[in-house]
Formats: sequence, structure tokens, C-alpha cells
Amino acid sequence: MKTIRASIIGFGAVGQGVAEVLLQKDENLKNIGLDIKVVAVADSKGAAIDPNGVDLSKVLIKKRTEGTVGSEKLTGLEVITNIDHELVIETTPTDIDTGGVGLPNMLAAFEHGRDVVTSNKGPLALKYRELAEIAKENGSNFKFEATVGGAMPIINLIRDVLAGNDIISIEGILNGTCNYILTRMMEEQASYEQMLAESQELGIAETDPTYDVEGIDAACKLVILANSIFDMDATYKNVDVTGITKITPESLMLAQDDGFVVKLIGEVKKDLIRVGPRLVPVGHPLAVGGTLNVASVQTDLAGTVTITGRGAGSIETASAIISDVISIYR
Amino acid sequence: MRVSMDIELKDIPGQLLLALNPISELKGNLISVVHHHEKRTPRGTIPVQLVFEIDHEKLNTIISRFEDSGVGVVRAGEERFLEHGAIIMIGHIIHTDIQDTIDKIDSTGFAEVIDLSLSMPRIEKPSSALLKIDAVGKKEMNDAMSLLKTVAKEKDLLVIEPIDTELM
Ligand SMILES: NC(=O)c1ccc[n+]([C@@H]2O[C@H](COP(=O)([O-])OP(=O)(O)OC[C@H]3O[C@@H](n4cnc5c(N)ncnc54)[C@H](OP(=O)(O)O)[C@@H]3O)[C@@H](O)[C@H]2O)c1
Repeated sequence: MKTIRASIIGFGAVGQGVAEVLLQKDENLKNIGLDIKVVAVADSKGAAIDPNGVDLSKVLIKKRTEGTVGSEKLTGLEVITNIDHELVIETTPTDIDTGGVGLPNMLAAFEHGRDVVTSNKGPLALKYRELAEIAKENGSNFKFEATVGGAMPIINLIRDVLAGNDIISIEGILNGTCNYILTRMMEEQASYEQMLAESQELGIAETDPTYDVEGIDAACKLVILANSIFDMDATYKNVDVTGITKITPESLMLAQDDGFVVKLIGEVKKDLIRVGPRLVPVGHPLAVGGTLNVASVQTDLAGTVTITGRGAGSIETASAIISDVISIYR
Repeated sequence: MRVSMDIELKDIPGQLLLALNPISELKGNLISVVHHHEKRTPRGTIPVQLVFEIDHEKLNTIISRFEDSGVGVVRAGEERFLEHGAIIMIGHIIHTDIQDTIDKIDSTGFAEVIDLSLSMPRIEKPSSALLKIDAVGKKEMNDAMSLLKTVAKEKDLLVIEPIDTELM
């Protein structure tokens, strides 16, 4: 049995999902020889720490009833720096302008030789190369499947399963909120504003939806793919981005009459990274509806491989994180 | 009219010129010549494909001139637009001179706007249009789409172009 001491930095939807999955899958993990012992959990207000393993069910209850994980006045960064452990699970909020707290968190983790598994796009969309180099210098693993497409496997699919292939392009729907809004506009022949309001009511879109609807979120995911798969050195500022806010219901009807749906499509290939609304033929593999994500990977040997799945959600995103964790230590 | 023609040339020097001369003499506009030098017909001649623009009534003159000079005409027909595409535009389409937008495509000679569906909800609201475009080939279709995007950008129109379905 291998014992891995881990911290969870950021205990919102995704951090809590990871805790739940660790509880639920404890036996499965032990069956493959892994004992993941969470020695610290931190949110923006405090931390719960126990070198013998934090009781995750108790922390989940405490977070849900009292709004914080614990009374220890330690920041996430202090946890990473001062507490002995191997793995940092970084799930703090994405900030694409500065990298947010995630950036110093990840840098500190690598400087202390710790591995990082994250769902936080900000630091990767801004400073991928720097992070990857520091990780390498310190012999740390750095995995981020959850940053692109949530539960939909893409980075590890390409790196592991499709190893040996040259990747020619990746194209797909990488933002579930936009997909939901466009799908619903088409179904109801309703305006963008109406369907945005509906998705906010359902918790699919955030109160400030800019990041999703202007295509920035999809752009960040493309940048992560561009850097990690195509070995580019791009930031989201290199992406040619058009969002969905100007799309009219009339245009969707015209498209439909001609056998198309309109989707916010992200595309990355050599020398091109762009996000914008595109016409997709009805029945085409990329024409998935609702909040689903989808990606088509065009390769030289395997041809085109298309995957689809849930791009967000607490447990779904935790699934990608757990699979990264297992792939490091198994 | 745009004509595509399959001809056969004898394998001796100067034959291609012999074929091209009548086109320019009759004020035709040569668009492309594909010379299959490595291919050979069972008759030992070299197949060549020509595409040119010419006034309708002059086509028969060209064909007889070819035959007089020993250039075999295997097939002659009006060039067909082989690629069909659609694109959506959103914005103040009418106010930004829709005719000019269409003319830009039509004047390329290799692509045409063949259909336009327009939907205008209210006068001050942005309208939506679906343009159907025909082009002589894939490359020409891509060129027409790029041209349309450039024009649309100048006019502050949102363009929704199709994904590249070739790859699937
Ligand atoms: N939700 C999804 O479906 C999804 C999918 C893919 C990727 N992601 C990414 O995953 C990350 C987490 O998403 P989420 O939905 O879980 O966000 P969230 O619910 O807003 O949770 C963020 C967590 O980070 C904590 N935090 C904020 N500042 C901190 C600091 N300085 N130190 C320590 N913790 C801090 C917050 O603390 P408080 O609880 O005290 O506020 C909160 O617990 C984001 O980067 C997001 O983009 C999310």
C-alpha cells in the first residue's frame, strides 16, 4: 500500500466533490494499492489540518453548516509551504488576469517538490510554460485533465491513449453554458437574454456570465490544449475570440431551415487558436446539445476521434481529478 | 459564360499554344489549364483541361478553330459550381449595403451568392441573413468565405461560417 499525503486547496464545488469521491472510492483506491490521506483542507477563511488524516465527512458537514472548513488560521499557501505532503489538489477560483491564488499556490507546491493536480485554468492559461518547467526542474508531476472539458477525457486521452499520433487539430464545444443557451434558444425560438436568464435560474450560468458567454472560458481551455498538446507558448490573449451574445433567434431558425445548428466552437491547430459561433450540420458528431462538451481530435494515424461528456459539475470534475491522481501514483 | 473543356493534344511541341491562341483571339478569359503530361490517351495524345470565360455565341467558333488545327475536343460544357456553402450574417445588414456585400462575392468570378434569406425582427434590431454561396471548387469556396468575413468585419457584422467538415 502506498500512502499519499494530500492537501485540498479550495473547498467549493470541485474541492468538495473531490472529498466526496475520495470517501466513496476509498476501497477501490485501496484495492489498487493507494491510500490517499488528506492531511489539510483550506478555503478562503481557514484550514483543517491533521497529519493523521483529516476526517473528510466531518469537514464536508462543517463547510456546509458553518461556511468554512476549519478554525486553523492558515492560508492555502501556508499549508502548501509548511505542511509535509506529496500532493496538492488545487481547486481555487480561476482568475485569468492575474492567475489568482492558484499561481503562487502551484509555484510553491513545485518549489517544495510536491505534485499538483488541478482544475484551475487561470495559472495554466497565463503561465503554462513557466509552470511546466518549474515542475520538471523539481521532479514534480503536474496534471490538469479537469481544466479542459471537465469529466470529458481529452488531455490524457491524447497523451496516453493516442500516444504516437501527430495531432493535427482539436475542435469542439468546450463551454457547457454557451451550449445550453444556444440549444435552448433554438428549441424555444427565444432571445439570448431570455435563455441566459433561464440558465442563471438553473445555476448553469453565473451571475456575471461574461467569462462564459464572451468565449473567454473556451479560449482559456484552448490555450491549455495549445500549450500542452501542440507545444505552443500561447496565452488567452493570442486567441481570436467571438462570443454568443450577438446571436439572434432568427439566425438560428435560418440555420435550422438549412440543416445546421449553431455552436460555439473552439479550434486549435498549428498557428491558429480561435473561438466563435459556427454552423454545424445537424447529425454531425459535434452537434451535441444541452450542457454537453464535445471534442474532435484529428490525428495522423487514428484519423478523427470524437469524445463527448459532461464539461462541468462537482462530481464530474472530481472524476477527472481522481483519474489524474491515480495515474501519477499507481 | 464559363466553359470547361477537355481537349487532346498531339505530343509534339507548340500544341498547347495552338489551343490557347483562339481563346485569346476571341477575347476569352483563360482561367485555368491543367496539362496531364504524364497521362496519355490510348491514341497517344495528351489530355488537357481548360477553363475559360467566353461570350456564349463564340463557343462554337472556338470549337471549330480547335478542330481545324487538329486539337481534339472531347467535351465542352458550361462550368458547374461544384461547391455549395452557406453562411450566416447578423447585424445591420441592409444599412451596410447588402448589394455591395453580394457584389463583392459575385465579382470574384469563381463564386456567387445564389440565395439570400433575410429575417428582420424590428427596424432598430439587428437582422439575420443566410447566404447560400456556390463556388467552382473547395479552394474558391474558402476564398469566398474569407472575403465575406473581411467585408463583414468592415461593416461590423457577425459572421457564422460552417465548420470544416472535410476532416470528419
Ligand atoms: N465547477 C465546475 O464544474 C468546474 C469545472 C472545471 C473546472 N473548474 C475550476 O475549478 C476551480 C474550482 O471551481 P469551483 O466551482 O469549486 O469554485 P468555487 O465553488 O467558487 O470554489 C472555490 C473555492 O476556493 C476557495 N478559495 C478562494 N480563495 C482562496 C484562497 N486564497 N485560499 C484557499 N482557498 C480559496 C473558496 O473559498 P470559500 O469557500 O471560503 O469561498 C472556495 O472554497 C475553478 O478554478 C474552476 O474554474 C470548475
